[in-house]
Amino acid sequence: MAEKTYLQAISDALRQEMRRDQRVFVIGEDVGVYGGAFKVTLGFQEEFGPWRVIDSPLSETAIVAGCTGAAIVGMRPVAEMQFADFVSCAWDHLTTVAAKQRYRAGTPVPIVVRLPSGGGFSGGPFHSQNPESSFAHIAGLKCVCPATPEDAKGLLIAAIEDPNPVLFFEHKHLYRRIKGEVPDERYTVPIGKARTHRAGEDVTVVTWGAMVYTADEAAKQLEADDVSVEIVDLRSVMPWDKGAVLESVRKTSKVLVLHEDTRTGGFGAEIAATIAEEAFEDLDAPIKRIAAPDTPVPFSPPLEKAFIPQVDDVAAGLRELAQNYMNCLDLALPSPRTQDA
Amino acid sequence: MAVREAEPITSLREVKEAGLDREDLLDIYRHMLVTRGIEERGHILYKQGKIPGSFYTGRGNEASAVGVATAMGPDDWGTPLHRDMGVHVTRGVEPWRIFAQYMGRVDGPTKGKDGNVHMADSNLGLIAMVSHLPAMLPVAVGCALAFRIRNERRVAVAWFGEGAAARGDTHEGMNLAGVRRLPVVFVCDNNQWAYSTPTYLGYGIEHLADRAAAYGFEGVVVDGTDVLAVYREAKRAIEKAREGGGPTLIESLTLRMEGHAVHDDAFYVPRELFEEWARKDPIERYRTWLRENADMSDEEEDELTGGVKKLLNDAIRRAEESPLPDPDTLAHGVYATPEELDTPHHK
Repeated sequence: MAEKTYLQAISDALRQEMRRDQRVFVIGEDVGVYGGAFKVTLGFQEEFGPWRVIDSPLSETAIVAGCTGAAIVGMRPVAEMQFADFVSCAWDHLTTVAAKQRYRAGTPVPIVVRLPSGGGFSGGPFHSQNPESSFAHIAGLKCVCPATPEDAKGLLIAAIEDPNPVLFFEHKHLYRRIKGEVPDERYTVPIGKARTHRAGEDVTVVTWGAMVYTADEAAKQLEADDVSVEIVDLRSVMPWDKGAVLESVRKTSKVLVLHEDTRTGGFGAEIAATIAEEAFEDLDAPIKRIAAPDTPVPFSPPLEKAFIPQVDDVAAGLRELAQNYMNCLDLALPSPRTQDA
Repeated sequence: MAVREAEPITSLREVKEAGLDREDLLDIYRHMLVTRGIEERGHILYKQGKIPGSFYTGRGNEASAVGVATAMGPDDWGTPLHRDMGVHVTRGVEPWRIFAQYMGRVDGPTKGKDGNVHMADSNLGLIAMVSHLPAMLPVAVGCALAFRIRNERRVAVAWFGEGAAARGDTHEGMNLAGVRRLPVVFVCDNNQWAYSTPTYLGYGIEHLADRAAAYGFEGVVVDGTDVLAVYREAKRAIEKAREGGGPTLIESLTLRMEGHAVHDDAFYVPRELFEEWARKDPIERYRTWLRENADMSDEEEDELTGGVKKLLNDAIRRAEESPLPDPDTLAHGVYATPEELDTPHHK
């Protein structure tokens, strides 16, 4: 076991799978000689050759549709979108062909599309997005959003093994910032099982991707207020671990749903609705959502900082929830009238 | 940029040089009759209210579809579209399963999950189409990419129409195939009408096959009513791809002899055009050729047409016995299970 960056963990997972399984190949823009825009496939072409590390023309549709065709005849393709934002060019193929082929024609499509996503670097409107909720809405696709290096490796291998189209949202802000112990051997992390990033008693944060760390910083602030925060890292939004979320909500009775994607129709809305449907009686305060506002991702640093949920925003949200809880306690005290009766 | 315009095949000697014996010639005729028969019978079933949704035919395209499919090898793959019933028939799908598909029954290739020609049997090397044309074209390029990665002598065939030629998928697929010289053959069913849109509103060059040069491979225009010429051109292109010679774009010229779907009376197509192309009906044309060049006798012909009639009658009966899907199966199969990849070509 060695300490690795999130990016190194992804790269190692991919290399390990390519060494183990001849069916696995990589295709994308600049993935070969250049090693990919973020260097995830650096050195791969030297090791595996130009027909397993394929520099494609600038053609997201052909990349992803080509993966579908190759998968149907027995390969296990891994496509790289240079930035998650560019997957919009392959939207038609993913939602029309890849997602529906198993259901309507009985043909499994075991492909992985890697999507460097997320903001925080003044990437602007077209190099910063988190489009997971759009794809989570499409039946037939799986959407994975790892937060730790260990999960990034285990989930990528699970995605390659999976017989379905899997969108692998790897957060750019975690690539070199986050390090962690990563086992050297091959292992998988099951898609659809959440992990408890931090155990707590008073309030639950449900989140994924880079926001796990934003929530963690906020939780540390709340320690000073004597509020104990539990962080549920979903790891994947489709399928998502409803059981783990409800279990935590039932323990703490207060929940904040947090994501970097925009608010309206973001995946947090689905989570909030499910909690309201299935654990309403367990709640001591209204469900709170913190997400980006409904705007494109802006470029200039102060605008982008205002767009992406910050530690202080989350801490304020948690304090508000804790305060609501205190209000609930006040309401629960016997009123004068009750005393009269 | 002038493309090659394929000559018709005239003599039995030329046919034999192209690799077909007399039995193959009669099989081609049978497949064309079955193709048209399925669609004619389907149209009747549709009018009888036995087929839900909409209904599409490929009348006038039988030679093109059967000719190309006959040229494919057993291990080749293809992505036929809604005018290409002849491909399914030639590759060996049983007609009763097609009627079951039309009627939304559980024995159709999609088990009622999808309708009309949105089907394929992957055991026959075919991938089911979607409505968005030509979304399957770059998928066929992906099959060819896999064959190339594995150094297999297999070829993918991608069908598209002259309408779909306007979409970006066509460009991206052909460009990638050209860059990598992949073993793929593009077949453009140019039936002159994209729903109601004529060719001069769809593209601004003389032949769509002219575009092949822009992608670095060969283009050829063939008369899509001449099944033997289509076969010869497809065979050349497929074997060239198999030998590492890269893609070919075959433009097969026909006329869509009916509306876009059966609700459409195609009032926008000039009557004289229908009359002109009716005289070139691909089945009648091939029948005449067989009688004049391959000595097809009355007895042989009667046996053939009688066999097709019985096949279709039995097929409809069997399809009607197939149950409708149980609503409880609605959510089945959205996601594949790992065991489904436990197949020879996934190992």
